[in-house]
Amino acid sequence: MLRKYKAKIFVTLRPSVLDPAGTAVVSGLTQLGYSNVESCRIGKFIELTLTAPDDNAARQDLDKMCDSMLANPVIENYRFELIEVESQVGV
Amino acid sequence: MKFGVVVFPGSNCDRDVAYVTRDILQQPTRMVWHQDTDISDLDVIIIPGGFSYGDYLRCGAIAKFSPVMQQVIAHAKSGKLVLGICNGFQVLTEAGLLPGALTRNRDLHFICDRVPLKVEKNNLLWTQQYSKGEIITLPIAHGEGRFYASEDTLKAIEDNDQVVFRYENENKNGSLNNIAGICNSTGNVVGMMPHPERASDKMLGNTDGLKMFAGLLEKVAAIV
Repeated sequence: MLRKYKAKIFVTLRPSVLDPAGTAVVSGLTQLGYSNVESCRIGKFIELTLTAPDDNAARQDLDKMCDSMLANPVIENYRFELIEVESQVGV
Repeated sequence: MKFGVVVFPGSNCDRDVAYVTRDILQQPTRMVWHQDTDISDLDVIIIPGGFSYGDYLRCGAIAKFSPVMQQVIAHAKSGKLVLGICNGFQVLTEAGLLPGALTRNRDLHFICDRVPLKVEKNNLLWTQQYSKGEIITLPIAHGEGRFYASEDTLKAIEDNDQVVFRYENENKNGSLNNIAGICNSTGNVVGMMPHPERASDKMLGNTDGLKMFAGLLEKVAAIV
């Protein structure tokens, strides 16, 4: 039987890639008075719902989705959290 | 010599390219819709500038999976000619036909300007009408044009002599090694952020870009 999962995917720029938007946010926060902010890196948060026979199959699918499309391995890293939702009422 | 210009939802330089190949150079030119699956009649594929699929996710990320791109990849792998301009360059890197990636400009601004470029490589069909080291001026218009590649990849690009154009004097977007355009290892696929099609008609006051297209008409007949 297929199970239903919610995946929370975090895509971040590789440390070696410049993040000018993050730098701009630091200067904005500094102007707001938060001079204690040292650095900022901006990434993407992707949430998707999928079905799969089990955890392993879902993780394999997600790895492929991230490697081929959701992240660009040349400039980005990714990680994800997988939560089974079918049995949870009200989710 | 038959040209094909790929049209994605959100492409906006497609007609400018077709104007150059069809009207100025008088070559048969076909607009290729992103859902087309047969491009076997075409000698040259040009992927124009714009915002394919709204630049959703990343520039060029969704375009990579359009039906026509599978054909473009096969076209390139068979050694035929492909040029990606601006968003087209981004699409080619996303599709893995060219190394590296185009990231957010260093200073965050969308840059719309005319910039001097140095022609680093003139032994390509694309650039044979230029002389090596020649300085030309072309328009740029991009927010995500900063060329990035890992240290190893960048070294390979330089060692294999794959840099076609470099920004001269000022590097406005922060591209690594001042790179404005590169080719693949076999030289049939070229990607560049500057717009040669916007500098091809005398009426616009600058024809530095025309040689990019006109060069193909010289020797290519023998190759195709």
